[in-house]
Amino acid sequence: MSDPYFFYVLGAYAATAVILGWLVWSTYRANARMRAELEDAERHRK
Amino acid sequence: MSIWRYANPAEFMRLTGWLVLPLSVLAGVMLAVGLAWALLGTPDDYQQGSTVKILFIHVPASMLAINTYAVMAVASVIGLIRGHHVSFLVAKAAAPIGAAFTLVSLMTGAIWGEPMWGTWWVWDARLTSVLVMFFFYLGYMALWAAVDEPEKAAELSGVLCLVGVVFAFFARYAVNFWATLHQGASLSVAEGQRVDDVFRLPLYWMMAAFYVFFVALLLVRARTEIRARRARALRIREVAA
Repeated sequence: MSDPYFFYVLGAYAATAVILGWLVWSTYRANARMRAELEDAERHRK
Repeated sequence: MSIWRYANPAEFMRLTGWLVLPLSVLAGVMLAVGLAWALLGTPDDYQQGSTVKILFIHVPASMLAINTYAVMAVASVIGLIRGHHVSFLVAKAAAPIGAAFTLVSLMTGAIWGEPMWGTWWVWDARLTSVLVMFFFYLGYMALWAAVDEPEKAAELSGVLCLVGVVFAFFARYAVNFWATLHQGASLSVAEGQRVDDVFRLPLYWMMAAFYVFFVALLLVRARTEIRARRARALRIREVAA
C-alpha cells in the first residue's frame, strides 16, 4: 500500500480481467447455446 | 492436399474440433504462469516504479488488437475473392476478440499514461489511430448485425474491414512516421535489445500466452458462427418444406 502506483496497477489488471472475463464467458455461452440450437434444428429435420 | 479444403465447413469443424480443448487449457496455464511471473517475479522499474507491470498486459493486448485486425482483413480478402463463407465467418468471429483487446489496450494505456505522462489521453497519432480502429471494430460488428441477408452482410462488412486497414496500419506504424508522445517500439530486432531480460522474458511469455488465448477463442467463436449458419439453413429449409 506504500506503493504510490498500487491503484493504477490494480485498476489496469482489474479492467483487463473484467473485459477478457466477459469475452470468455460470452464466447463459451454463445457456443453452448448454438450447439443446442443446431441439435434442435437437426432433430426437427429428422 | 490443398489448404482450401478447410474452407469447407465440415472439414473446418473436424480439424478444429480436437484443437479447442488443448488450446484452451494451454492458454489458461500460460496466462496464469505469465501473470504470476509478471506480478510477483519482476522488480519495479527504476523510473516507472510498479507501473511497469501494466505493460505486461498493455503490450500483448496492443499487438493482438492490431494483428487481429490483420487476420480479419486477410480473411475478408479471401472471402471476397474466393467466395469462401468460412473466411467471412472467421473474420466475424475475430471482431469481438479484437475489439476486446483494443479496449484493454486503450484502458491500460490510459491508466499507465496518467502517472507516467501526466495525462490519461492525448490526441497523439498512435493513440488516435488505435481509437479509430476500435470504432472500425464496432462498426464492423454493427454492420453484420444490421443486415439480415448473411451473404450481403458478409460482403459489405468485408469491404468495411478493408477500408479500416489503413487505421490498423497507422496504429502499428504511426510512431515510425511521426514524433509522437507514445514511444517507439521497445522490442526491435533491427535496433537490438533495449529492455532488460528481467522484463523482456516475462513480456515474451505474456505475448505468447495472449496469442494462444486468441487462437483458442477464435476457434470457438468460428465454430459457433458455422453452427449458427447451419442452424439457420435448416430452419429455412424446414419453413420452406
